[in-house]
Amino acid sequence: MQTFFIVAILVLGFLITFQIAKASEYVAVLRGEEKARKQTNRINAFMLLMFLIIGLIGVYYCNEKLKGKILGTPASDHGVLIDRMLYITLAITFVVFIITQVALFWFSFKYQHSDKRKAYYYPHNNKLELIWTVVPAIALTVLVGFGIFYWFKITGKAPKNAMEVEVIGSQFKWEYRYPGKDKIFGKKYYKKTDEAKANPLGQLWDDPANHDDIYIAGDALHLVVNKPVRMIINAKDVIHDVGLAHFRMKMDAVPGTPTTMWFTPTKTTKQMIEETGNPDFVYEISCDQMCGKGHTGMRGTIIVETQEELDAWLAGKKPQYLAANPDKDPSVKKDTTAAVKPVAAVMNQ
Amino acid sequence: MSEAMNVYPEVTTSHAVHHDEHHVHHHKETFITKYIFSQDHKTIGKQFLITGIIWAIIGGLFSVLFRLQLGYPDQTFPILETFFGKWARGGQIQPEFYYALITIHGTVLVFFVLTAGLSGTFANILIPLQIGARDMASPFLNMLSYWFFFMASVVMFSSLFITTGPASGGWTVYPPLSALGQALEGSKLGMDLWLISMALFVVSSLLGGLNYISTILNMRTKGMSMTRMPLTIWAMFFTAVLGVLSFPVLLSGAILLLFDRNLGTSFYLSDIVVNGEILPNEGGSAILFQHLFWFLGHPEVYIILLPAMGMVSEILSVNSRKPIFGYMAMLGSLFAICILAFLVWAHHMFVTGLNPFLGSIFVLLTLLIAVPSAIKVFNWLTTLWRGNIRFTPATLFAIGFVSLFISGGLTGIFLGNSTIDIHLHDTMFVVAHFHIVMGVASMFGMFAGVYHWFPKMFGRYLNSTLGYIHFWVTMVGAYLIFWPMHYQGLAGMPRRYLDKSSWVSFTQFGELDKMITIVSIIVFAVQLMFVFNFFYSIFKGRKVTTTNPWGANTLEWTTPIRPGHGNWEGEIPEVHRWAYDYGKDGREFIPQTEPIGENESKH
Ligand code: HEM
Ligand SMILES: [Cu+2]
Ligand SMILES: [Cu+2]
Repeated sequence: MQTFFIVAILVLGFLITFQIAKASEYVAVLRGEEKARKQTNRINAFMLLMFLIIGLIGVYYCNEKLKGKILGTPASDHGVLIDRMLYITLAITFVVFIITQVALFWFSFKYQHSDKRKAYYYPHNNKLELIWTVVPAIALTVLVGFGIFYWFKITGKAPKNAMEVEVIGSQFKWEYRYPGKDKIFGKKYYKKTDEAKANPLGQLWDDPANHDDIYIAGDALHLVVNKPVRMIINAKDVIHDVGLAHFRMKMDAVPGTPTTMWFTPTKTTKQMIEETGNPDFVYEISCDQMCGKGHTGMRGTIIVETQEELDAWLAGKKPQYLAANPDKDPSVKKDTTAAVKPVAAVMNQ
Repeated sequence: MSEAMNVYPEVTTSHAVHHDEHHVHHHKETFITKYIFSQDHKTIGKQFLITGIIWAIIGGLFSVLFRLQLGYPDQTFPILETFFGKWARGGQIQPEFYYALITIHGTVLVFFVLTAGLSGTFANILIPLQIGARDMASPFLNMLSYWFFFMASVVMFSSLFITTGPASGGWTVYPPLSALGQALEGSKLGMDLWLISMALFVVSSLLGGLNYISTILNMRTKGMSMTRMPLTIWAMFFTAVLGVLSFPVLLSGAILLLFDRNLGTSFYLSDIVVNGEILPNEGGSAILFQHLFWFLGHPEVYIILLPAMGMVSEILSVNSRKPIFGYMAMLGSLFAICILAFLVWAHHMFVTGLNPFLGSIFVLLTLLIAVPSAIKVFNWLTTLWRGNIRFTPATLFAIGFVSLFISGGLTGIFLGNSTIDIHLHDTMFVVAHFHIVMGVASMFGMFAGVYHWFPKMFGRYLNSTLGYIHFWVTMVGAYLIFWPMHYQGLAGMPRRYLDKSSWVSFTQFGELDKMITIVSIIVFAVQLMFVFNFFYSIFKGRKVTTTNPWGANTLEWTTPIRPGHGNWEGEIPEVHRWAYDYGKDGREFIPQTEPIGENESKH
């Protein structure tokens, strides 16, 4: 019913507009087209000027309303650089924006048709054209300079003390793997993937490096504050993307071609809860690459904490090797309850 | 440019003569040859335009539907279930449906509306008329170009009605998602149809493009040297060159994808476990497709933009009664954009794991493209400066175009900078950027063209009051919709999310999303009003009574009000000057056909 009313109102509004439009055409003919044309010309010129003024106020208003909603200060070292680059660019482009938009609408208004004025024949001016080739070129060189400088910092080699963690995307979830005590990820081969045999990542069990690797699913990814982290990113099925809005970082997860990204988280989750005043605050991993019908909900979470907290958390996890090979697990023989088993193993039963 | 580049059609082709005969004998034309399988460039142009309009309505309607979802994610609309059945179960747009809608919206607006509908229309109508030719170099291939487009349209349209739905992996159709039916309903039959449709479309644009290029190079009338051509023609020329060089790459990418889908090859596929099923493919590269896609994709954005730029240049000059400022600079920047457009594609791939050093090269080249863009803007501004401007609806749309191009071009500088793009890639910021700079701006160019050349196409005017309403609502609406959207992107909100309720970081824009949805619906309604105006005016619009209603210099206004097949009744006029002698020596305008006077000043 509601829809019907809306449609009816639209149709009615349209019919009225159309009648007025048709009538105004007749009136114009009656009153003399020239005169009517001049009047609409004046009206439109005025509207253009109003558009400029109201538009600029609107830009200001929009900014006032929304600037508080864009995630606050960055929570990683790279994020600081990215935000700085963003604000440098914003400053330069804003000046250009104002100058050109004001010129556009002001000229339109000022040089609206008038019988008294003759258009000025002005086909070119090499000097002017040179100026507005060179000035933007210089401005852009500055931006490129800063941009590439930061870019190499961000994409350069990760520091030696960086911790490593593997992030694996698949429809529509995130899984993680820590390398364990040996700090080496064991080898994988995708054809060995077998959820039923507690091997969701296709780890090769005859690689001893795999024996202490810890697999995490259905839980947050834990990172250490002020400790660089290098992510090795992978996907099982289609392309996904590890989007970390608060850290200002992002990297695609491509099946068959692992990618990497590193950064240093600078604020713990607790700090962010205080800073944002939001008790529910949590760092989120958003999948930023369209990956299927569940793309919208492909959410992961990250907890940033101290090294001790991370160690304590990891200590409670068992290597996936033991879940997949229970005969190798000393605790299973002692008949431990399922609660201590790694999450995935539980899920896969 | 040397005079040697002049090629006089009268001398070089028998074509013109041939058509003269046609005209004289006035051979019998049936309805079919005149309106359906017509070889007249003007009719073909109108066919492109009307097909484009139909697709624009469909694409626009889709955007209203998915905006409803975005603005009101937890409301139900029972009427949707009535129309779309299982796709909108319980009156709620299902995710598969949402993704199908955005994919088809993007595909048809980019390719069918703003490529075929824009350059197909205006290249066809304007090239022969403005360079002084009786028709295209090959009217027959020209006709085929339309009919391939038509077939592409039929295939795409039919894909909307199959049970698994149309392609739904986004208009960029990245594999593996688009290659694996197991991963997405839309990647079943719908995706094959999408690829076939695009293949037909590529054939259409190649036939069209080659025709435009050869017509411009070979069939200019006497005196029409390359540098006397209106900027519209230059723009169409570069557009066609871009298309001819880049569309084949898309075609190859699409064919490889078809192979991967149906023949078990592994061009794009490697190491895949989908829904627990282990696929045998190894050694392919998913990123390869993105290179192939964007090698077309980036030039494509200029294929969309350049015709609009050309028409805007022409319309601003005619209506400010002043020459276009810096004709040679305009031409040079078109040329520079055309070259650079091929060298920046990887700026869409900064975060795919692209080598960072390569990335930095693409940053440099990408930001370089902003220089010719800036030149164009400053030249348009100077064209308006000290003019004597008539605000026809076409002029307003042209001014709106410049405003939008500035806004959208500036946000391109954010995205082209890989450092910032890490944060902004694949967020709503990108959506805002390309809609403003390409979507809406080119639409404005197209509207400007339609309002300006409608009298030439149909011998009648569009109702200008409706035109003014159309302009103002669309202009205000476009900014209301897309300006605040940048903030969503700055907040890191990903694109292609249909419901943010499960997130902590992206729920702060609920009110904004509602506002945007309401404005989109209003803007869509006003576009329907334009469509009404268009069809109504074809039959009932005010009649054009003079051959040159805008007081313009270009050749199309020397033809009869409703030119027949062959365009000019007598001989094709000779050209003696460039197209922009407005306000020269105290004269309002001097048509291109007028010989240079004895004591005329030089510029
Ligand atoms: C100053 C000039 C411009 C620069 C520096 C620029 C830069 C960029 C960059 C870097 C991206 C990729 C962003 C991302 O996905 O993260 C992008 C996206 C896009 N740009 Fe531009 N751009 C400019 C002008 C234009 C113009 C003139 C058009 C169209 C006529 C255009 C259309 C697009 C489109 C369609 C996309 C999005 C494609 C997609 O992912 O769906 N851009 N632009
Ligand atoms: Cu996703
Ligand atoms: Cu691009």
